[in-house]
Amino acid sequence: MTTNFYFLLVIGALVGVVSGLLGSLMILKRMSLVGDALSHVALPGIAVALMVGINPMFGAFVALLVAVLGIWYLEKTSDIYPEALVGLFFTTSLAIGILITPEPELFEALFGSIEKISTLDGVVIVLSSLVIFTVIRLIWQKLILDVVSPDLARVGGIKMTRVNLLFLLMVGLAVALGVKFLGTLLTGALVIIPAIAARNISQNLSAYRVWSMVFGALSAVVGIVLGFWLTLPVGPLVVLVGVGLFFLTLLYRKL
Amino acid sequence: MAEKTILTVSDLIFEAQGKSILDKISFTLSDDETLAVIGPNGAGKTVLVKCLLGLLPYKGSVIWNKNVKVGYVPQKLYVEKNMPLTVAEFLAFKEKKLAKVEETLVKVGFGGRKNLLKDKLGVLSGGELQRVLIAYALLGEPNVLIFDEPTSGVDVVGEGTIYSLLHKLRAEKHLAIIFISHELHVVNQYADTVFCLNKEKVCYGVPHHAINEDVLTKLYGEKVSFYEHKHHDY
Repeated sequence: MTTNFYFLLVIGALVGVVSGLLGSLMILKRMSLVGDALSHVALPGIAVALMVGINPMFGAFVALLVAVLGIWYLEKTSDIYPEALVGLFFTTSLAIGILITPEPELFEALFGSIEKISTLDGVVIVLSSLVIFTVIRLIWQKLILDVVSPDLARVGGIKMTRVNLLFLLMVGLAVALGVKFLGTLLTGALVIIPAIAARNISQNLSAYRVWSMVFGALSAVVGIVLGFWLTLPVGPLVVLVGVGLFFLTLLYRKL
Repeated sequence: MAEKTILTVSDLIFEAQGKSILDKISFTLSDDETLAVIGPNGAGKTVLVKCLLGLLPYKGSVIWNKNVKVGYVPQKLYVEKNMPLTVAEFLAFKEKKLAKVEETLVKVGFGGRKNLLKDKLGVLSGGELQRVLIAYALLGEPNVLIFDEPTSGVDVVGEGTIYSLLHKLRAEKHLAIIFISHELHVVNQYADTVFCLNKEKVCYGVPHHAINEDVLTKLYGEKVSFYEHKHHDY
C-alpha cells in the first residue's frame, strides 16, 4: 500500500463525515432529493471546466453555486416547495452535461475517479470541510428549530432566509467535494444514506449527528479499501457499503 | 400593583389577495390581564396572533411596551414520531441550564413524570407536548404568553389541566395572557376580557356582559343558542 492510499483514505473519510453531517440536516428538512438533484447539476460545470482546462471541482462548485441560489430563491418566494420544477431543472442540466462533457472524461465525471485526486484537491477538501464544520456548528440549532416550528424560530428572532442560504451553500460545497470521489450520479447517496441509517438507531439528536458522520466515514473508507482490493470502481462500492450499513441498522431496529 | 397597559393595538388591518381578513381591530392589554379571542373558523384568529407577533405584514399599529417579553406557544410542532429530538434537546434551544429546565417542567405539571427529558418529542401525547411548549415559552422569562388554540388536539381531561395550568401560572408569575379559543365555558371561566372576532370586532369586554345571543349569532350564524357548558373542578 502506498502513501497515496492512506492519503485517499483520510480524504475520503473527511468527505464522508461532511456529507453525513449535511445529510442529517437534509433528512430532517425533508429535502433528501435535493442533494441528489444537486449533484447532477455539477456535471455541466465539470464539462465546462474540462473544456477550458481548470480544476473540475471548481467548475462543479460554480455550477452548484448557481443552482443553490436558484433553489434558495424558489424556496423564499413560493409557499409550496416547487419540487417538480427542481426535478425538471436538474434533469435538464444532467442531459446538457452529458452532451457537452468530452467523451473520455464522461465516465469519470458520472461515476468519479478517486485515483485522480491530487494533493491540491486534498488541501481544498480539508479547508472546505473546516468551513462546513464551522458554519454548520453556528446554524445547527436554528435549522432544527425551524424544522419543528418555523413560527417559534421567527418569534425567536432567527433570520431563516439567511440561515437557509448558508445551509444550501454548504450543501453545494459538500457535493462539489464528493463529485470527484463518487461522480455526479452517486454523490447524492453519500449525503442521504448515512443519515437515514443513523436515524434508524438514534434516540436523540446528538447521537443522530454523530452516527451520520460515522456512517459517512465508514462508507467512504470501507468502499475505498474494497475498491483497491478488488480493483473495482470506488464510487459504486462506497454507495453499496452505505446501503449495507442502512440494512444493518434496520435489522438492529427490528430486533 | 397598579395595572399598566402593555399592548395597544389600533386599527389593525390585514388583507390577503385583496380580501380583508382583519378589519380595523383595536384593543389593549394590561399587564395582568387574560384576554380570550374567540370566533368561528376562518375568522382571522391565528392571523391576529401572527400580526401581534410581527410574523405577518399588517397596516395599522401594534405597540408593545418596552421591556415586554413575549412567550409564544404555537398550536403544534412538526415532529414525526421517530424524529431523533428529545424533550431535553428541544428545551436546551432556549435554556442550557438543566436545573432551570427541570424546575420549569415541574411548574407546568410534569412533577411525577420520569425520564421525560429523554423522551422523543414525537412520542408525547397532545397534552404533554402542549405543556412542553408552555415550558419552552416560560424559559424565556416572559411577561406575556400568547397561545394559539391551546386545546387543539388535546382531550377534554387534558384541556381542563391546560387551562387550570394557565390560571395557576398567571397567579404565580404575574403574567398577561392572550389565548385563542372557541369554547365559551373556558372563556367565561378563565378570561378577564373577551374579544369576539369575525374579521371585525363583534364584541369586546367582560365575558359575561360582552357575550350574548346577538353576538353569538353574528359570530356563528343563526342556529347557535347561548349555551354554557357546566364543567366541574378544573
